[in-house]
Amino acid sequence: MALNLNRVPMPTQDADVRNKNFKEVATGYTAAMAKEEADRCLQCKKPLCVPACPVNINIPKFIAEIAEGNVAAAGETLKDTNALPAVCGRVCPQESQCEGACVLNKKGAPVAIGRLERYAADLQIERGDFKMGKKPSTGKKVAILGGGPAGLTCASELAKEGHAVTIYEALHCAGGVLMYGIPEFRLPKDIVQTEISAIEELGVEIKVNNIAGKINTVDELMKEEGFDAVFIGTGAGLPYFLNIPGENYNGVYSANEFLTRTNLMKAYDFPNNVTPIMVGDAVAVVGAGNVAMDAARTALRLGAKKSYIVYRRAIEQVPARKEELEHAIEEGVELKLLTSPTEILGNEEGWVTGMTCLSYELGEPDDSGRRRPVVIEGSEHLVEVDTVVMAIGQGPNPVLLETIDGLELNKWGNVVADESGKTSIEGVYAGGDIVTGAATVILAMGAGKDAAKAMNEYLSNK
Amino acid sequence: MYKIVEKRELAPTVKLMKILSPEIAKKVQAGQFIIIRTDSKGERIPLTVADFDREEGTITIIFQEVGYSTKQLGNYNVGDEVLDFVGPLGQATEIEDYGTVLCVGGGVGVAPVLPIAKALKEAGNNVISIIGARCQDLLILEDEMREASTELHITTDDGSCNYGMKGFVTDKIKEILDDPSNDVKHIWAIGPVIMMKFCASLTKKYEVPTTVSMNPIMVDGTGMCGACRVAVGDKTKFACVDGPEFDGHQIDWDLAMRRMNIFVEKERLITERNAKGGNL
Repeated sequence: MALNLNRVPMPTQDADVRNKNFKEVATGYTAAMAKEEADRCLQCKKPLCVPACPVNINIPKFIAEIAEGNVAAAGETLKDTNALPAVCGRVCPQESQCEGACVLNKKGAPVAIGRLERYAADLQIERGDFKMGKKPSTGKKVAILGGGPAGLTCASELAKEGHAVTIYEALHCAGGVLMYGIPEFRLPKDIVQTEISAIEELGVEIKVNNIAGKINTVDELMKEEGFDAVFIGTGAGLPYFLNIPGENYNGVYSANEFLTRTNLMKAYDFPNNVTPIMVGDAVAVVGAGNVAMDAARTALRLGAKKSYIVYRRAIEQVPARKEELEHAIEEGVELKLLTSPTEILGNEEGWVTGMTCLSYELGEPDDSGRRRPVVIEGSEHLVEVDTVVMAIGQGPNPVLLETIDGLELNKWGNVVADESGKTSIEGVYAGGDIVTGAATVILAMGAGKDAAKAMNEYLSNK
Repeated sequence: MYKIVEKRELAPTVKLMKILSPEIAKKVQAGQFIIIRTDSKGERIPLTVADFDREEGTITIIFQEVGYSTKQLGNYNVGDEVLDFVGPLGQATEIEDYGTVLCVGGGVGVAPVLPIAKALKEAGNNVISIIGARCQDLLILEDEMREASTELHITTDDGSCNYGMKGFVTDKIKEILDDPSNDVKHIWAIGPVIMMKFCASLTKKYEVPTTVSMNPIMVDGTGMCGACRVAVGDKTKFACVDGPEFDGHQIDWDLAMRRMNIFVEKERLITERNAKGGNL
């Protein structure tokens, strides 16, 4: 069979339609599309994609199963190594992981591994059977602090090994950034909750409304509650602001607040859901990562007439996934590149009326090799907006960490852990954004999985 | 789910509820807050804890029915359950033996003052308290505050409490601070933002350290969203993790008042909808 160098495109809602609704942008492969795409996989003897996957999914195997028409088996193969395949198929940066490593890149487009993962996982959700094998009980107890991607993955891996696992989640539902951060139109919340309920079926207990550190300290969990090991996966926490004048005017949000109101609290469905959000006619999102794209696209869906990405560097340096940037532009998000605010302006009632910005040009490369943005003299100008969203990252949440004696932190306040997630305290492991600083869902999942492996070894020898 | 085990109306539109939550009751300290959400479509409402009973496993909350969500909560009865109840959140009050302290509560703000006064008295302080309201009908927790204090003063704006002073809590604060024999070392003043502002600006003149408890708009209450920003001195703080208590002399009060108004327009929309027969 001749090599097919083109991947099957992902069907999507039209840009002009979808920028007014919260339904999923990408509508998913049909059976015929999935079969055609699966047939493109060369079934490499030494696949490059598998080691490029942070959770090492057996990619050739599940794709072969789709090609053979055995989608149920493909779903089980995914679940063997990945508790959240319907999530990962949607939000992983495949272009820099499995698909980036695909041998087909040498000639044409790589196999659309993420789209196929989503296809098989969605069908498994539709069928409602999640066959995940589980070993007999070991009698060991593990506490997982934080029910986001790292914690959920660590929990499911340890439950499969036969340990009794309890997740302590601060919010009113598990999922972490999958629930509060990533918008419904990229990751439907029903899908997240279905994959989480499959983890519960493995025997994992999830205690919501439970603030680790405030209700139980790590010390109490291990000494009084009888837990043999603890995993800290509390994620990134306090949002950063720019520390420029005017940031406390009404209408300035952190991306976390803007997205949490919309996603977790469903402010887009106000007043049926009671949590409100105020979005004006013109919204500036400061930053250009995936979170910034999510906020800018959300703003349009909430009724903003203009939605800008304001970013200090140039387009080549935009950190968001290319696909997210393209989707944002298609939907009408405008880019104000090489631009950075120096002050947010407001009226007497305290509402945002605009943003003073400087323009930049690219100068010499800095230590990281990226060309450094340099201010253009006299370029001060006004950007007329009435809402500003700061999407410039976040630091670690101190709520839990300040209650743990002897836990080593780095200079940014993140937990110090080795590759297996081991911290400075015996039996205490950590992974995800609380260790690395804000990163991706799949890296957090990979860290959760690596920690689970190390914890399982620790528990077996204990 | 968290069961309501007691409910009382303390004043028109002011309700007290005791909620069963042994895990929070075991750990909570004076000055901290909880977040309550009635049902899956509800808002997360932050409320400073008014009392707690570690043996009974209950947390007492007191709230004024001001908007849709607090009115909805007010319709819940004994035996009903709320969907979410989370805490204890925020930093606890710094309780120590200061000598003589002054605890001031205005309106529904008397509720968060009560556990602070109790804890201060237990720590050996001479606790002078002032509770104030617009009129006698709106005075709450008088007996409880009397018990928690060495001496209790009452003020009503209209003078309708015949054994109290006619005027604002600030009038009584001034009277107490003007008497040097009182030698007040620290003041807690909690109530509506405007009241805390006037208390702080008065006590600044007397140079008596004054702690206030902020109750700004919040979402998660765990430091994640930053909605609860408060300007303290030249820094921006998050009330949920850095507070809710701050040095009243350093707060940007005008900013705090403006930030309370962010969703007024939305509140109006929901009220209008309900007036047209939407369910409450």
